[in-house]
Amino acid sequence: MSVLQRDPQDQVRVLDEDGTVVGEVPDIDDETLVEMYRYMRLARHFDTRAVSLQRQGRMGTYPPLSGQEGAQIGSAIALDEQDWMVPSYREHGASLLRGLPLKQTLLYWMGHEKGNEMPEGVNIFPPAVPIASQIPHATGAAWAKKLRGEDDTAVICYFGDGATSEGDFHEGLNFAGVFDTPNVFFCNNNQWAISVPRERQTASETLAQKATAYGIDGVQVDGMDPLAVYSVTKAALDKAKNPAEGEGRPTLIEAVQYRFGAHTTADDPTVYRDDEEVEKWKAKDPIPRLESFLRETGRIDDEGVEAIEADVKQRVADAIEAAESDPRPDPSEMFNHAYAERTPEIQAQYEEFEALREKFGDEGFLRE
Amino acid sequence: MSSQNLTIVQAVRDGLYTEMNLDDEVLVMGEDVGKNGGVFRATEGLWDEFGDDRVIDTPLAESGIVGTAVGMAAMGLKPVPEIQFSGFMYPGFDQIVSHMSRFRNRTRGRYTLPMVLRAPYGGGIRAPESHSESKEMFYAHEAGLKVVIPSTPYDTKGLLISAIRDPDPVIFMEPKLIYRAFRGEVPEEEYTVPIGEAAVRREGTDVSVFTFGAMTRPTLEAVENLEAEGIDAEVVDIRTISPLDRETIVESFKKTGRAVVVHEAPKNGGLGAEITATIQEEALLYQEAPVKRVAGYDVPYPLYALEDYYLPSVARVEEGIREAVNF
Ligand SMILES: Cc1ncc(C[n+]2csc(CCOP(=O)(O)OP(=O)(O)O)c2C)c(N)n1
Ligand SMILES: [Mg+2]
Repeated sequence: MSVLQRDPQDQVRVLDEDGTVVGEVPDIDDETLVEMYRYMRLARHFDTRAVSLQRQGRMGTYPPLSGQEGAQIGSAIALDEQDWMVPSYREHGASLLRGLPLKQTLLYWMGHEKGNEMPEGVNIFPPAVPIASQIPHATGAAWAKKLRGEDDTAVICYFGDGATSEGDFHEGLNFAGVFDTPNVFFCNNNQWAISVPRERQTASETLAQKATAYGIDGVQVDGMDPLAVYSVTKAALDKAKNPAEGEGRPTLIEAVQYRFGAHTTADDPTVYRDDEEVEKWKAKDPIPRLESFLRETGRIDDEGVEAIEADVKQRVADAIEAAESDPRPDPSEMFNHAYAERTPEIQAQYEEFEALREKFGDEGFLRE
Repeated sequence: MSSQNLTIVQAVRDGLYTEMNLDDEVLVMGEDVGKNGGVFRATEGLWDEFGDDRVIDTPLAESGIVGTAVGMAAMGLKPVPEIQFSGFMYPGFDQIVSHMSRFRNRTRGRYTLPMVLRAPYGGGIRAPESHSESKEMFYAHEAGLKVVIPSTPYDTKGLLISAIRDPDPVIFMEPKLIYRAFRGEVPEEEYTVPIGEAAVRREGTDVSVFTFGAMTRPTLEAVENLEAEGIDAEVVDIRTISPLDRETIVESFKKTGRAVVVHEAPKNGGLGAEITATIQEEALLYQEAPVKRVAGYDVPYPLYALEDYYLPSVARVEEGIREAVNF
């Protein structure tokens, strides 16, 4: 029986909190397992550095992901090259794995549009800030693949627990059910939508069970168990592309997890949640969990871990260096991409703008 | 009357607090407005004071927030929903333009909606994407809504209380750039500032500068700088975008014969266009120069690395005023 055919209340788990195997270990080669660990460490270290860049005034508001690496990496690593990813604003780790350089992610949060200029071949949509608005896009993208007969392609969409309250969530999943689109809807239930707890979003016992109403499969997984996340995501992707007789393509995955840090660097979580709760969830940290599994099974040792630590530090340092030394966007760039070509009106405004810059220099615009 | 020295965001809170104490039908609802006190702290302490039934954390759903507020208001409550940022009003836009604005008209006055939809708007705080736009004209274009934008702590409290007491729905947009930029005297007691009246912030004879919200600050600074060049400008703070106080606009213009409009919203279809048309309809023969609009450009609001180039700056406002005066 597929891992997806179960009660939405019956949470899939492979590793317990100590990294001990309690479920079926997915079929992944050793190298990929170690890569999974590397990317989780990379995402965590990136996150720590990004928060400190914000604190030092080197970056704007930033949404941290710590605690959510297991869900992001465990799911993104299950994608095939041709698959597409439609993220929210917190998927820095998943996006990195999909091929978006950290430098781009940094540029975006440093306020440069260039961060959203996806490199050729990186199948990823720009992060969606308006909650849940990306969900119908993911349905549409998957639908397009189906209509064009590209049956080997699926689309994964990420969003939070809060997003399940928006109309766009309902409409996106409903279309997916009706048109049987190759989608994986991946809900990062991190227990909080800023200060609003999961119980304030819905009276449903689980988010996974919402799938039932759309006539699609819903499954709940321990989102801090990267192996369990991999298993369900892989199964959902396979089903999206190759459904068995009588099976529907779309799946809703609820990955139960926790955001260790603030909602964004502008938020103070001590106002609305207790340290005790945070500590309880920190005991489920996906990184030591995978690490002890890898150590126990002889896939990694001290040396391997140290090498990964050094590599991760270097990659993040390089990305920060690259982002900070990237030339400031020329201000006139804001006139360039509203349309394929500047309208006469935009052209006139551009010319007026350049004349003012000529006259006053950048000091004529910049506020302290 | 005793008074306090408050910022704009504190004046919002004080206005809500004052009115909730006076009227049991007033309630606050929205995302993170309860225990967290709002992401800008505009509802700080209200949840402790008034409890879960009057300061309500809702699910994350703007259509639900506006739509349920419509239902509550139709039953006689006075909901004051908060939308966290004006850039997130759009999931609730259908409720705003199809229902909130039209209940009175659709029922020939049988049902009315005494509700106020609050939202911080505008740029300049290095915020992420979709957090900085200034789209007051969407709502000004909708008959049945009043649209208010304060620019001082005193006006904020007085206009908010007026809005809550108004029998019709009000969109109350708060200039978040200047939420904490300065303090002003605010009476502790209840008082109102009338909706629909502009305020002359500075009298002058050479040119009338019309603005509102956060743009009052660079405008007043520019006007002060231009004194040295011998330019004596009048500054009118519009305060209510709809219904527009055309009388004050025309009166000021007849005195100066020249006008500049400053707003951060895009130029195309912005309030500047409406003010220009009003002048041409009602004071054509007084006009001595084309009306100059200093506004946001007609491109998507850029991510924050470039936002200073998008927003009207002091130098841009000064140049606009010079253009109008030297024509
Ligand atoms: C339509 C919309 N409304 C409100 C917001 C403001 N906002 C940003 S994140 C957030 C909470 C999101 O919670 P959730 O969906 O659980 O995702 P998480 O941030 O926890 O990953 C809110 C209310 C927004 N970005 N978009
Ligand atoms: Mg959440």
